Amino acid sequence: MPRTALATAIALAFSLAAGSAAAATAYVSNEKDDSISVIDLDKMETVETLQVGMRPRGLTLSHDNKLLYICASDSDTVQVMDLATRQIIKQLPSGADPEQFALHPNNKWLYISNEDDALVTVVDVDKEEVLAQIDVGVEPEGMAVSPDGKWAVNTSETTNMLHWIDTSTNELVDNTLVDQRPRHVEFTKDSKLLWASAEIGGTVSVVDVDKREILKTLTFKIKGVHPDKVQPVGIKLSSDGKYAFVALGPANHIAVIDAKTYEVLDYLLVGRRVWHMAFNPDESLLLTTNGVSGDVSVIDVAKLKVTKSIKVGRYPWGVVVTP
Amino acid sequence: MTIYWECLRGIVLREWLRFVQQRSRFFSALVRPLLWLVVFAAGFRAALGIAIIEPYDTYITYETYIVPGLACMILLFNGMQGSLSMVYDREMGSMRVLLTSPLPRSFLLTSKLLATALISLLQVYAFLAIAWFYGVQPPPLGLIVALPALLLVALMLSALGLLLSNGIRQLENFAGVMNFVIFPMFFLSSALYPLWKMREASEWLYWICAINPFTHAVELVRNALYLRLAPTALVVCLGLTLLFSLLAVISFNPQHAALRRAA
Repeated sequence: MPRTALATAIALAFSLAAGSAAAATAYVSNEKDDSISVIDLDKMETVETLQVGMRPRGLTLSHDNKLLYICASDSDTVQVMDLATRQIIKQLPSGADPEQFALHPNNKWLYISNEDDALVTVVDVDKEEVLAQIDVGVEPEGMAVSPDGKWAVNTSETTNMLHWIDTSTNELVDNTLVDQRPRHVEFTKDSKLLWASAEIGGTVSVVDVDKREILKTLTFKIKGVHPDKVQPVGIKLSSDGKYAFVALGPANHIAVIDAKTYEVLDYLLVGRRVWHMAFNPDESLLLTTNGVSGDVSVIDVAKLKVTKSIKVGRYPWGVVVTP
Repeated sequence: MTIYWECLRGIVLREWLRFVQQRSRFFSALVRPLLWLVVFAAGFRAALGIAIIEPYDTYITYETYIVPGLACMILLFNGMQGSLSMVYDREMGSMRVLLTSPLPRSFLLTSKLLATALISLLQVYAFLAIAWFYGVQPPPLGLIVALPALLLVALMLSALGLLLSNGIRQLENFAGVMNFVIFPMFFLSSALYPLWKMREASEWLYWICAINPFTHAVELVRNALYLRLAPTALVVCLGLTLLFSLLAVISFNPQHAALRRAA
């Protein structure tokens, strides 16, 4: 049956073509819509919207990119979505009002900040049980686990501190005072430095992990924008160690920083009130969530230019990208 | 055919020589949009970005927004200034010399329009080059794609200028042209502000802006600069160019000015 063979060949060719062009996919949490927008990064548009728990904020991926963890803040739970089926497969006991979290390199321990209770909750994602709860400062927010797995760091917005948790004992061992309202922390790939943003202070501190002391404090100034509007929140470090990107909130700009000299190279205009960011797998693109304008801006990392803004739901907050 | 070519070459050359010799005209044509770009746009302070509108893919600064409008402003002023030079030519007699040519008058006038348009394009590209260094950088290919759009707009505005010049009696009346043609056309268009913003202020102002040919000129150029086609704007500009040219040629009478003065 030559015709069937031909049809099969054509179908195969199509599926191969589709396979090779399999685009990276971005997942964006919409705080006000209780949903996740799915963006096809080939088409550069939102292709699907998934309903999830109430007030989804922080998002993170399992290290094999198969599961998406969602902080459903007002549902007081962390939801786990199977990305193959895009179904919520379980809800983890996260403690009240989970906002941000970080997954340990062992792919098992999830460190969750509970904004209302001044706690960090450690959850085993396989056993679905709470391993520990650690008292930290008031209004815990930012959360990061060092790539070498030794440290979990939490920021408390009101106490203005970085809280250092030893992951082998899950105990608080040290605090570092930073500028007002620390929102987000990010480790360098070698786990030697930690970048921390201070929203009200308007600064980003680079902290030496061994000494747990501030090495350098960066400030920002955008021509034509009032300094009060410059409120650093999200931070992303390129894995080649070249750039650091800092989202400046209601200043509607992303600061591009030379990660070696700590010099601000440029400010890129994005949508309104930009908070968090994510790279695509090859780090050629950086996506930003613009809360007030309800869209995601796409930055061409090589050219350091904003190429597109994609409409998503209301108040996009977190973003992750899978290959 | 060669006669036509020779004639066209002559007219373009004459415009070129005048352009080169009147360097002040070149600079004043450049200074005007640059003042708008550097001073007006800075005063506007839209550093926080303008909401996304066609053809832009993302948020832009106000400077980026007004560059296409300012490019068209150069064409608008030049088109009208061309009309001034027509009046001048007619009164001083060089237009009469031109019209002694045995070639059809429609051809002579069209050549004149084309010559003015080509010279205007040089000024537009000089402006776009400066804007580029100032930080307004459309896709490089857009600068080439915009060429036919700019040429069409230049022709449309020159034809309009010529049409108006047929009705102008004296040199001084250029001030009137400024007040009653250039300023309303420029301000009641999408050159300085997106039309949705105009609509928020007043519905009828919005409609005046929406039917203003200059709005279509600006949008045609804006879209072309960002590699998009604005079909409505293209149709409007093409149609009006033909209409204005036709009316200008029909209404053109070399003796107009002289006769009127005698009367």
